[in-house]
Amino acid sequence: MSMKKTMSLACGAALATLSAGAHAQISGGVVKIGVLTDLSGTYSDLAGSGAVLATKMAIEDFIAKEKPNFKIEVVTADHQNKADIASNKAREWFEREGVDTATELVTTSTALAVMKVAKEKDRIAIMNGPGSTAITNEQCNDVSVHYAYDTYALANGTAKAVTKQGGKSWFFITADYAFGQALEKDASAVVTANGGKVLGSVRHPFPGSDFSSFLLKAQASGAQVIGLANAGADTTNTIKQAAEFGITPTQTLAGLLMFITDVHALGLKSTQGMYLTEGFYWDLNDETRAWSKRFFGLQKKMPTMVQAGQYSAIYHYLKAVKAAGSDDTKKVMEQMKKTPINDFFAKNGKIRDDGRMVHDMYLMQVKKPSESKYPWDYYTVRQVIPAAEAFQPLSLSRCALVKK
Amino acid sequence: MEIFGVPTALLGSQLLVGLINGSFYAILSLGLAIIFGLLNIINFAHGAQYMMGAFIAWLALTKFEVNYWVALIAAPLLVGLLGVLLERTMLRKLYKLDHLYGLLLTFGLALIIEGIFRDQFGISGESYEVPEALSGGIHLGFMFLPLYRAWVVVASLTVCFGTWFMIEKTRLGAYLRAGTENPQIVQALGINVPLLITFTYGYGVALAAFAGVLAAPVFQVNPLMGSNLIIVVFAVVVIGGMGSILGSIVTGIGLGLIEGLTKVFYPEASAVVVFVIMVVVLLVRPAGLFGKA
Repeated sequence: MSMKKTMSLACGAALATLSAGAHAQISGGVVKIGVLTDLSGTYSDLAGSGAVLATKMAIEDFIAKEKPNFKIEVVTADHQNKADIASNKAREWFEREGVDTATELVTTSTALAVMKVAKEKDRIAIMNGPGSTAITNEQCNDVSVHYAYDTYALANGTAKAVTKQGGKSWFFITADYAFGQALEKDASAVVTANGGKVLGSVRHPFPGSDFSSFLLKAQASGAQVIGLANAGADTTNTIKQAAEFGITPTQTLAGLLMFITDVHALGLKSTQGMYLTEGFYWDLNDETRAWSKRFFGLQKKMPTMVQAGQYSAIYHYLKAVKAAGSDDTKKVMEQMKKTPINDFFAKNGKIRDDGRMVHDMYLMQVKKPSESKYPWDYYTVRQVIPAAEAFQPLSLSRCALVKK
Repeated sequence: MEIFGVPTALLGSQLLVGLINGSFYAILSLGLAIIFGLLNIINFAHGAQYMMGAFIAWLALTKFEVNYWVALIAAPLLVGLLGVLLERTMLRKLYKLDHLYGLLLTFGLALIIEGIFRDQFGISGESYEVPEALSGGIHLGFMFLPLYRAWVVVASLTVCFGTWFMIEKTRLGAYLRAGTENPQIVQALGINVPLLITFTYGYGVALAAFAGVLAAPVFQVNPLMGSNLIIVVFAVVVIGGMGSILGSIVTGIGLGLIEGLTKVFYPEASAVVVFVIMVVVLLVRPAGLFGKA
């Protein structure tokens, strides 16, 4: 039995005999949230310090609005996108610092490692940054929540919409590692299912910097759509060079894993007309604008779906702790799963048995420079993809927790 | 028409792309080779200095509206000046020690410089537009050649061969070469050797910054753009022969072409091919293709 559990049992027993205090069920009288993210590497713009800020905002708002009778603390750490660092840190947090939940966890490998530690130590893992569907399939467990998005939702949304709008022939430029290949496979299936055809693909070493050779192959294939099954700097460089070689606008580019920070970094001149799927956009409605402008005031950047999702997830978690009157993992997970999520990030969001939080996603088209009226005015919403269609259906789930 | 099942048009265009990348390799490895040949310093900060060149161009354009052409001269001067400062205050103390000290110092500096830029500008980087005069391109029949890429080849080859000429064929170059061969005697003949060496380091660094400005419109300008490239460039220098001026230029272009061909026939291996060649060269000719054993 862990130190923390022993302590909480002892505390609980002592308090039960003295008084029936409401915070008797909160271990140590404090709910401790760990933000384990990439603070310095490739994903530090889309998650990073912005995710830490979002967490702090959520706690501040929760205290102001819900007036909890327990204290809330935040600890943060940089996992440098390395699975071993992430799992060691999580272990230290859970065992010695009484952390109740490890959150954010960008990069699939770090997420999978921390999920295992969380299961072993009976704590909660809440993921916003990582993309892989393995989190809620082969590797799923009952202490984990995958919140903002996953690669299925992004590839599915974009590939389906683009194929249906007439982009029938595709060519993929794929990062040559597990993630890129999975993305290509998922998107190819969607293209074919919607009456499209995949003409070919080229796999580039990861990471790359010059993509002109691969782009020339894509150009020679004559495909209407070039699908980018890569991420981060690889994607931005591919897009930039596609514009240089006159590939866009003759052929359409479809980014299968892109964030608003990528569009911001590239500028609208090279990204205009592209389709991509997002779980959140700051300029959707008054509610999203109000929150995002607050975020912008502190971070000087508009939030990504990962950062907005982090706020929503932390708030939802704290609400569950309050409602359950306990930070016990099982009780909190039950509460989180049975309560729908309704805030600026998600409407009627729901956490399924496999840990997947399902909510509406948005198919976006990047605006032309002439259509952009103010800073960060980047997207036109082309379609709202309802939650039921956006994510992998439970009937296809490979998660052992899902009863079929 | 096809060669090994690949249409000649595709082959031609890939070779051209290889030539473009090769000219980047050439100009970067040239700077490294000069610094190593004359100072005996393995300049690991080269990638960071290349990145600084690109960032200065971007900053100059967005903050001060200084255009590309001015930046192409000003950024190398500025970064070169920083190099001079670095040589005067730190590197100078290391000449008598093992290569390893210079390597560690410059590697540490590269990490610090990249860290500062990452902190200031974030990781996603910034976009630098192709200058107006060089936007657009030419249809060559077998491919669309962006004018800017053609300019990259012309500019970098001009600078490379200009540098080679200066070092191998002029009096200043002769002083430089003599100064590294036997500093005491050259000093005794009334030539200021330490000044020559400072100038050389500054020039090598300026070459890196020049390549950085050339690269700004092609690649996303980000704090790690140099560290991604520097390892390949080091392999180029090793293949060419450490310190060989002409070797670094020829090898740079040659490897660009080979990499281009690899991208046609087996793209997955295109990141490794340079290193495979390096291993083979080291086994057969440890001093490098153009090095003196």
